[in-house]
Amino acid sequence: MNIPFRFILNRAVFYLFTLWAAITINFLVPRMMKGDPVTAYMAKYRGQISPEAEAAIRALFGLDKDKSLWQQYLDYWGLLLRGDLGASFSNGLSPVGDVIATALPWTLGLVGLATVLSFLIGTVTGAVIGWNRGSRADIIVPITTFFSTVPYFWLGLIAIAVFASTLGWFPASHAYDKGSAPEWSLDFIGQVVAHGALPLITILIASLGGWILGMRNMMLTVLDEDYITVAQAKGMPTRRVLWRYAARNAVLPQLSSFALSIGFIVSGTIVMEMVFSYPGVGKMLLDATSAKDYPLMQGLFLIITLAVLCANILADIAHAILDPRTRQSEA
Amino acid sequence: MTALEFRNVTKRYRVRGAQPILALDDVSFTLRERQTIALVGQSGSGKSTIAKILTQLETPTSGQVLLDGKPIPTRGRGLRAYRQQLRMVFQDPFASLNPYHSIRYHLERPLRLDDVVPAAETDAEVRRLLERVRLDADAVIDRRPHELSGGQRQRVAIARALASRPKLLVADEPVSMLDVSIRVGVLNLLAELQRDEGLGVLYITHDLATARHFSDEIMVLHHGRVVEQGAADDVILTPQHEYTRALRAASPDPEKHFASAPGIPDVRTANGGAA
Amino acid sequence: MTDTAAADMPATGIGVPETATVRTAMAEPPRRKSFWGQLAASFAMFRNPKSLAGLIIIGVFVLVAVFGDLIAPFGPLDKDYQALRQGPSPAHLLGTTHMGEDIFSQIVFGTRGVLVVGFLAGIMGTFIAVIVGVIAGYTRGWKSESLSALTNVFLVIPGLPLIIIVASQFEDPPLWVIALTLAVTGWAWGARVLRAQTMSLRNRDFIQAARANGESLPRLIFVEMLPNLLAIIASSFVGTVTAAVLGLTTLAFIGVIPISNLNWGTILFWAQSNGAFPNYWWWYVPAGLCIAILGVALSLVNFGIDEYVNPRLRSAGERARAMKKRGLSVTQAVTAVRTPSEGAS
Repeated sequence: MNIPFRFILNRAVFYLFTLWAAITINFLVPRMMKGDPVTAYMAKYRGQISPEAEAAIRALFGLDKDKSLWQQYLDYWGLLLRGDLGASFSNGLSPVGDVIATALPWTLGLVGLATVLSFLIGTVTGAVIGWNRGSRADIIVPITTFFSTVPYFWLGLIAIAVFASTLGWFPASHAYDKGSAPEWSLDFIGQVVAHGALPLITILIASLGGWILGMRNMMLTVLDEDYITVAQAKGMPTRRVLWRYAARNAVLPQLSSFALSIGFIVSGTIVMEMVFSYPGVGKMLLDATSAKDYPLMQGLFLIITLAVLCANILADIAHAILDPRTRQSEA
Repeated sequence: MTALEFRNVTKRYRVRGAQPILALDDVSFTLRERQTIALVGQSGSGKSTIAKILTQLETPTSGQVLLDGKPIPTRGRGLRAYRQQLRMVFQDPFASLNPYHSIRYHLERPLRLDDVVPAAETDAEVRRLLERVRLDADAVIDRRPHELSGGQRQRVAIARALASRPKLLVADEPVSMLDVSIRVGVLNLLAELQRDEGLGVLYITHDLATARHFSDEIMVLHHGRVVEQGAADDVILTPQHEYTRALRAASPDPEKHFASAPGIPDVRTANGGAA
Repeated sequence: MTDTAAADMPATGIGVPETATVRTAMAEPPRRKSFWGQLAASFAMFRNPKSLAGLIIIGVFVLVAVFGDLIAPFGPLDKDYQALRQGPSPAHLLGTTHMGEDIFSQIVFGTRGVLVVGFLAGIMGTFIAVIVGVIAGYTRGWKSESLSALTNVFLVIPGLPLIIIVASQFEDPPLWVIALTLAVTGWAWGARVLRAQTMSLRNRDFIQAARANGESLPRLIFVEMLPNLLAIIASSFVGTVTAAVLGLTTLAFIGVIPISNLNWGTILFWAQSNGAFPNYWWWYVPAGLCIAILGVALSLVNFGIDEYVNPRLRSAGERARAMKKRGLSVTQAVTAVRTPSEGAS
């Protein structure tokens, strides 16, 4: 397999640049606004913060006005590279990094699973619908479009109201039963699955529409191409033409938009976690926002952006491997 | 008399991560008023590059382009005057007109930009141009390009090129994308206009036969170099360079007899002698 | 494509140009259209059934927003202590909240918040997208590359977390600030598409011809290129408005945007905070439905534009259905041939 090193290098440079931009935005935002809540907090907890934590918070939020902006910027980078994201106000000043680490696996599990499933189901369904153009299956398109414009959170609320509260099929919130502790036991895993079912299904329903529509449209365009007609004229079995010729070409733009839509998926997940009280980074971000826990908010933004960038890189690599043209064309 | 001279022009294109492409290698020729030069060559021989340099969409890597002995102006009023003198007819009639604008608009713009006639006479001039290329002005003037056929569009493109009353015309494969049956018509129109307006025409083509039919002088381009140059009949009838010979041999000749392979009947005798 | 040189032909034969004069048998010449007439004609993209349906629904919402004072029986925060948490009734069409506020009125007044911020954000976002996208597409070299990198950065950085961080810095942001924040996180998609389209347009012959004619740069961009980009710009605008509406209601629901800006998301926020789930369905269902319906309407408009731009999408289904009626299947590998006396053979 020919690995397009040049292309990957190109993309890597871009993503590093994006990461730098995100970090710099994170640095600048609190400095452009009033830092008052932070100062008030600092005043309140004056005696209880260690000097290192206090210095870190000052550096993170630009409270050290006596230093030049550039110096603050360098200090900020110094902290980041040491892995010190500050201390979380609303979690008893435990290090932000640790706090985030408790929530991250839950989100990755839920989002990762939901995204992959949604992409696979949506793409396959879109391919079939596109192939059987004009059939009654076309009705799926408006239905899924409706569901994709319904706001994620509302769908979640309805789902809870109907399936959890009224019908009692699934638990309404959290990742596991109250009083349980995370462990690798079958019982616990069963709880995780039960609690995760509703959020997962809700995300799936809301996001399927986009994939189906995109794939269907691409299929329609590809099916007009002459090489499809040639393949059929050669006597190739329909299944083969559909999957190895048409779908394989139609899926490439889907991969690109997959990379781009990861940002939107993250947004939807954040709200979903709030609705279901799912203990992931999204809910943590929202709790931090209402508690005005700025170190935690900033740390979360960074981690989320980092995760999105990684997902993008993976999608790009997949695209490059599948499409020989990418190696030559502009990214 | 206006003369445009290419003097030792070389053009190299730099490609990221690969060898530079030598599009033109030491090309020289002179295009004068009232004269037609045909530029013949296959795809990739450099023909379009010459057209782009002439219309200043590209600049030569080395060598000079001279108008009446002086280097062509590249900016300001001089550039504007140069552009008014040399116009181009593009190859693709479907792409060279803006789908959004009417035919009237396409012809009005050059008239207004170069102030060819007073504003009040613009409409009359547009109609005159359309009649000149043998189009029915009333039928065509307010239509948009997609409502016309390929041949009609190409005639509009020619009218547009003539609007500013240039002295020199570059026709980049003007009939390659038209139906074979209407090519002669458009070419004859170009020949007639060249005679009547006294234009100098650079006729770029890959078709040797129309080159001979249409022009005084032929230049054969191969991999960016001029391999043969001379009067049209001389080049066609007595080609010196082997590439020109190959080109001529590749042109279909209805007079030529094909030796039959065993088992395949001779077309002439099979049809009762009719060739 | 052949010349339609049918009528009025002089002598034919080899050597005589068959089109001595091209007089074509055409329909009556069209009336001359002014520039504005042509501009209006280019909005043909909105004439297909899908777009029309979407536009009508949006129109209804706009009317509700404009005439809200006349339509709503109560003010949004008027409290009727006699009717707490009541279901729909003739007095309160959509029931009441826990404080006796009329939910129907809240929705009517909330429409204003949603539409104003949504469209404002759409306009701002599209404006940025057009400027960045078209310039990035038209220029070359480092100018284009750097604008493209800027666009990609904003595409990749996740929107909602960024908005949350920025919005939470304000105490009580005015409408236009909210709209601006939404626009800043939403312009990148349109810019990217516009850049690609402009780049491909720039190399088209008619632009080269206009340049060779000596057209000035502003004219090239605004009069020659922009009309050909209208469909993309319209689609991008609709998309940005959709994203802004969803973003706004989500932010209101989370509570990041202060409740002084009443919109449908705020209603849901109150519903959730005050224990409306799951029983008081009249409180939370209508607001969400409104968001969904507006979203569907906007999507319909976008579908209409898509089909206008890519006719394959429009006709593919129709052709297949028409063939099916005659007993032919469009996916069959073998082309079925109909004989005159029977159906498909």
